[in-house]
Amino acid sequence: MEHITLLLGIVIVTALVFDFTNGFHDTANAMATTISTGALKPKTAVAMSAVLNLVGAFLSVEVAKTISGGIINEDGLKTEVIFAALVGAILWNLLTWLVGLPSSSSHALFGGLIGAAVMSMGWSSVNGGTVVTKVLLPAVAAPLVAGIAATLATRLTYKISSRADEKATSKGYRAGQIASAGLVSLAHGTNDAQKTMGIITLALITGGVLNPGANPPMWVIVSAGVAIALGTYLGGWRIIRTMGKGLTELAPPQGFAAQTSAATAILTSSHIGFSLSTTQVCSGAVMGAGLGRKGGVVRWSTATRMFVAWGLTLPAAGLVGAGAELLTKQGTWGIATTAALLIGGSAVIWSLSRRQPVDHTNVTDDKIGTPGADAEPAGVVTTAIAAVTPPPAGPVAATATPSEDTDATGTTDVRMTISPASAASATATADAARPATV
Amino acid sequence: MKIDWAALGSVFGVSLAVTVALVGVFTLGIVGLSKQEQAREARAAGGTAALPARVGAYACFALCAAAVAYGISLIVA
Repeated sequence: MEHITLLLGIVIVTALVFDFTNGFHDTANAMATTISTGALKPKTAVAMSAVLNLVGAFLSVEVAKTISGGIINEDGLKTEVIFAALVGAILWNLLTWLVGLPSSSSHALFGGLIGAAVMSMGWSSVNGGTVVTKVLLPAVAAPLVAGIAATLATRLTYKISSRADEKATSKGYRAGQIASAGLVSLAHGTNDAQKTMGIITLALITGGVLNPGANPPMWVIVSAGVAIALGTYLGGWRIIRTMGKGLTELAPPQGFAAQTSAATAILTSSHIGFSLSTTQVCSGAVMGAGLGRKGGVVRWSTATRMFVAWGLTLPAAGLVGAGAELLTKQGTWGIATTAALLIGGSAVIWSLSRRQPVDHTNVTDDKIGTPGADAEPAGVVTTAIAAVTPPPAGPVAATATPSEDTDATGTTDVRMTISPASAASATATADAARPATV
Repeated sequence: MKIDWAALGSVFGVSLAVTVALVGVFTLGIVGLSKQEQAREARAAGGTAALPARVGAYACFALCAAAVAYGISLIVA
């Protein structure tokens, strides 16, 4: 460990931060429906998910050997490129969290890697065919597979249980839902914590600390597991809200059908080897379950925003990754600037999120995105950020307390602090508007 | 660019079949248990025994538990 350079240290910390946002972002996959149907209390749900994520991180020793699974050519991948990619992925994860949209953390990482690699080594470093087969096609297939299964399962379960007493069955549905949510959490911990372990191990190998082909040291496994569990426990309540209430209203039978179809689709896909994004599978399952009930509705406006976010994930994270790589290429000061921008950007996003906090206390409240709440964040976020995000933050809870509403001076402060970071992303947008056609 | 349609197709087919089967079996178990409760209430008023419903329900749950165990083994492997 004594040979770890400063850059390597930064990459490891950044990888753990990405791992954290990953857990934070993906709590919704396992627990959104469990929380919204009332099967578990919000805090209990995220605690259970966090523990299972941690357990999952230790369950399998099959650590990802590549970061991108062949999307980019990883020979001679420089440590700073990994850093730039992580910056892109983290910022996109935070931004989608701010607007409460579920999007794939893996795709954000792929996007960041593609952007940084293109900036570093040119277009030839990207394997376009693999982008289609590993990112674009699964993005279309995942919601269809899980959605159709959830729709049919919902219909079936309503038909079978139609003559039974609703009160007696709902307890059973809850138990079933918790079991399938647990499976999703476990699978998530195994897959995604390992991705981070893979990144750190790869960085250690490129940095010459570990021999090629070495297994990750214990501290890497532990820290990756803890980071993802911590993120999960803190809970991306905004995304939980969108998935649990924003897309559709779920009753216990639907929640059970959705969660079971998600768990099955995730395990089947990783077992057969056509990997699907957990986020996209779960969102599809929720929509499918919404459609499966008689009189059930899916809020297509929220769904459309979500689809747009999926489409933007790769190019947007790629642009930020490319911009970050452009900076890190300049040497030490560039890396320091990138790190500062990452911290500043995250702080801005966090402070914006405090304007309308969503947490375990209001995550299942009924009021969703009153027009006023819709317009407000969009007015604050500058056009530069608006260019890379889907329109208004609809699913944000409209439960801001009066004290926050009257905080006029605080508002202007936020407006001022946002300008440096948004200027940076504006540069990134202007720089490389074309790579969006990856 | 080679798209593995066979893998995609089998993911689709297997997910669909397993989900529908599991949800169906589990629902049968829940319904069986609730029937058993109704029957017990009925027996107080001189109704019939509810053993078959209960056994059936537990069989259904056992099947689901086996599926969960298989799922965990897939994660660990």
